[in-house]
Amino acid sequence: MSKVIVDARRLLCPMPVIRVQDRAKELAPGTVLEAICTDPGALNDIPAWCRINGHKVLETRSQDDEYIVVVEIGEE
Amino acid sequence: MTKQIKAVALISGGLDSLLAAKVIQEQGVHVEGINFFTGFCVEGHTHAIRKKDKAKPKRNNALWVAEQLGIKLHIIDIVEEYKQVVFNPKHGYGANLNPCLDCKIFMVQKAKEWIAENGFDFIITGEVIGQRPMSQRKDTMPVVSRESGADELLLRPLCAKNLPETKPEREGWVKRDALHDFSGRTRKPQMALAKQFQIEDYAQPAGGCCFLTDAQYSSKLADLWEARGSKQYEMDDIMLLKVGRHMRPRPNFKVIISREEGEGNFLQGYRKQFVSIKTTSHAGPLALVDGEVSSDDLYLAAQLVARYSQGKMAEQVELEITDREGNVEQVAVKPLSPSEIPEEWHL
Ligand code: SF4
Repeated sequence: MSKVIVDARRLLCPMPVIRVQDRAKELAPGTVLEAICTDPGALNDIPAWCRINGHKVLETRSQDDEYIVVVEIGEE
Repeated sequence: MTKQIKAVALISGGLDSLLAAKVIQEQGVHVEGINFFTGFCVEGHTHAIRKKDKAKPKRNNALWVAEQLGIKLHIIDIVEEYKQVVFNPKHGYGANLNPCLDCKIFMVQKAKEWIAENGFDFIITGEVIGQRPMSQRKDTMPVVSRESGADELLLRPLCAKNLPETKPEREGWVKRDALHDFSGRTRKPQMALAKQFQIEDYAQPAGGCCFLTDAQYSSKLADLWEARGSKQYEMDDIMLLKVGRHMRPRPNFKVIISREEGEGNFLQGYRKQFVSIKTTSHAGPLALVDGEVSSDDLYLAAQLVARYSQGKMAEQVELEITDREGNVEQVAVKPLSPSEIPEEWHL
């Protein structure tokens, strides 16, 4: 299944989290979402947001000046 | 089966809202958190921008609080609507450009809409009578309840015993006896309660929850409004106010000069929206020029930027001025001397 990309580059926290949250609302459980960020805070904040809202972080990585968080959407 | 009572807690990330939510959770109420993003929130922005701070990213305190409580957190972007609160606060500003009372009313009003849409029963905040001089006083508490429209659906668990009974208490959704009677500026009762709940490592915000309580930030915002001839701002403006050295050599323009590499990289992202200046003969900052400028203005701006480069003592510094379309012009200037930079230029 294809991934849903959330482009949160140049946004500062908590905007990347808000973008992921608002997109996640529209997605079915099991969907994979990939957030691309430039604020390194996203590497902490998106996983924290996932933990409290029942989503699963599949991967976090940094690549050049970008930080990528891959999330599997959980049950409501 | 009895209906599960649900409350939404306004979570700022500080200790008081954490405790207020916890007190209600302990009474068997289902609690979820709501956090409003106004654009002025004290988050890790400057932290994220500055290179030297990047090694240890700062946590988002609202998310941290939600995790401690084991509750869901809804972060809501209110940047656009919030502008009206900042422009025209009915109850005025605090010591700086912080419209705390109107801000509280607005947030509780948004929470009221949220509970109606999401089937929740009431709202909790961490307010304490007397804790903050402007927004948390005995006489302002009913103002917030009334003007937000939340009325008796607004419960302040930390000082409820000093206030009239609210609907959640009257209906028996929560026990009034198990609520608190904190008042005044002291933090001792909060610290004791935190200890009782075994909560450690919580955030201790100094002045308030946002940049509008910061004197320097407020003066930069006031300058922006004056220069534009009206109260207005965009998200980019309020972000840029957090970055670099802001100087206004003439009424029609200001110069934003990066103070280190991280800020320079951040300002790079705005080169299509502003004229930018960069030293070429010497290492130096990146600067943006905000305002409509003449070539004479740009010359002065270049001299100012040269002052903050490694060529500040040189006879001549070469710079590159790039307009919004990307056209580049080379100039050579003599850096301004410190005596040529009046104190008033610094915003
Ligand atoms: S400090 Fe800022 S966010 Fe907090 S109540 Fe005042 S205006 Fe609102």
